Amino acid sequence: MIPVCRLEDLPAGESVRIDTSPPIAVFNADGALYAIDDTCSHQDASLSEGWLEGCLVECPLHAASFDIRTGEPTCLPARRPVRTHEVAVIDGVVHVRPAAQEGSAA
Amino acid sequence: MRTVTVVGASLAGLYAARALRAQGFDGRLVIVGDEPHRPYDRPPLSKDFLTGATTEADLALADAEEETELAAEWLLGTRARGLDARGRTLLLDDGRTVATDGIVLATGARARTLPGTEGLAGVHTLRTLDDARALRAALGGPARRVVVIGGGFIGAETASSCVGLGHEVTVVEAAPLPLVPQLGPEMAGFCASLHGRAGAALITGVGVAGLHGRAAVTAVELADGRVLPADVVVVGIGAVPRTGWLAGSTLLVNDGVLCDDGCATTLPQVVAVGDVARVGGVRHEHWTSATEQPAVAVRNLLAGRTVEHVRPAPYFWSDQYGARIQFAGRRRDGDTLRIVEGSLEEGSFLCRYERGGTTTALLAVDRPRPFTRARRELARQAAGPVPTA
Repeated sequence: MIPVCRLEDLPAGESVRIDTSPPIAVFNADGALYAIDDTCSHQDASLSEGWLEGCLVECPLHAASFDIRTGEPTCLPARRPVRTHEVAVIDGVVHVRPAAQEGSAA
Repeated sequence: MRTVTVVGASLAGLYAARALRAQGFDGRLVIVGDEPHRPYDRPPLSKDFLTGATTEADLALADAEEETELAAEWLLGTRARGLDARGRTLLLDDGRTVATDGIVLATGARARTLPGTEGLAGVHTLRTLDDARALRAALGGPARRVVVIGGGFIGAETASSCVGLGHEVTVVEAAPLPLVPQLGPEMAGFCASLHGRAGAALITGVGVAGLHGRAAVTAVELADGRVLPADVVVVGIGAVPRTGWLAGSTLLVNDGVLCDDGCATTLPQVVAVGDVARVGGVRHEHWTSATEQPAVAVRNLLAGRTVEHVRPAPYFWSDQYGARIQFAGRRRDGDTLRIVEGSLEEGSFLCRYERGGTTTALLAVDRPRPFTRARRELARQAAGPVPTA
């Protein structure tokens, strides 16, 4: 698992981007942590810089929206999901286990 | 309505087709497109598509599953040639006609060209996928001398992509500074500085007298007599709404199809969306407008009258020289500028345009997160008074 940051450094409503390949965005949605691919499935934009409301994050470029629990897009222009990743807090540090890479990038 | 025809198979046309089905229209849906391609996204054409980072497959706006759901008859590679006076019959350039009960006009705009340069090899515009394929092929080889005519967003993005590909680039802009109408002089000045920092030359305040070359372009001659040698010329001097084919109809056309605030034209069963539509007196050539207008236009089309207005919240973005520029709102001359985060020196900032203490517009360079937050506030402010607690 990849250490991300201390839990207190990721308060509710905030997000952080980790420089994996491809990059991953970790969100604190009102206390629950979720991790998804950081790059919007529509066009090159960073979802960690998007607008988080509940469990939905809106892409900062074209307002595509994703459910951070499932990675599924909830509105156009995105049509493809982003991958989700496992998150765990170990000794007060947020960790992410990147999902196995599929044959093609989603 | 039993048949609705969407004329134009690009972003606005596709969104109109989606809106028709989403709003319960279950009749015959015909989509006419003059390009042979399925709907694709144009913004990457001047950026990642040109540099090769994006493929044609990535540009597709709809997939096979969605096309099945839309259950439309696609008449692609077919140009609409005319509309009868009552707006009930569409004439196609292959001689066919389509009898229809409702029409969504989404024919977009064409790239403005330099008169007298038709047929001169090496001269490009950048509007369609075919344009982008041709330009990409021209830029694929060793370093060339590229002259971009027009310093607007298309010109700047194309210049940026050409620099990225290793070409020698000069941008020529007739105005004293590009993008002043969009951004105002101060911020236009910042954007103009991006060219030089990246190694592209920017020549402003001088028009183009003509192009040199017999079969292929060899140089661009400026109005002051300067001659810029060129292997590739990209003409980015704006777009003209595609309305010529409507000449025989009774629709009112003046820099776009005239519509009310709900995208309804003077014919009750004809609405217009996207670059071709002048909605409430304004023609927005923006991706966001093309995606937001169709749902309203279709609602009014199906209702037979205007029951809903478009509430435009202008927004556009541009990627150039590694900088992401985002703009929202309506700037007016005389607005005061306030940089609320970052600075021009850092090359990353959020700037508010203000008038009488309220924000009229926002510009961000590489500050997507605060921009998004501020844009939401701006949209809320535009939607009406915020209730006080």
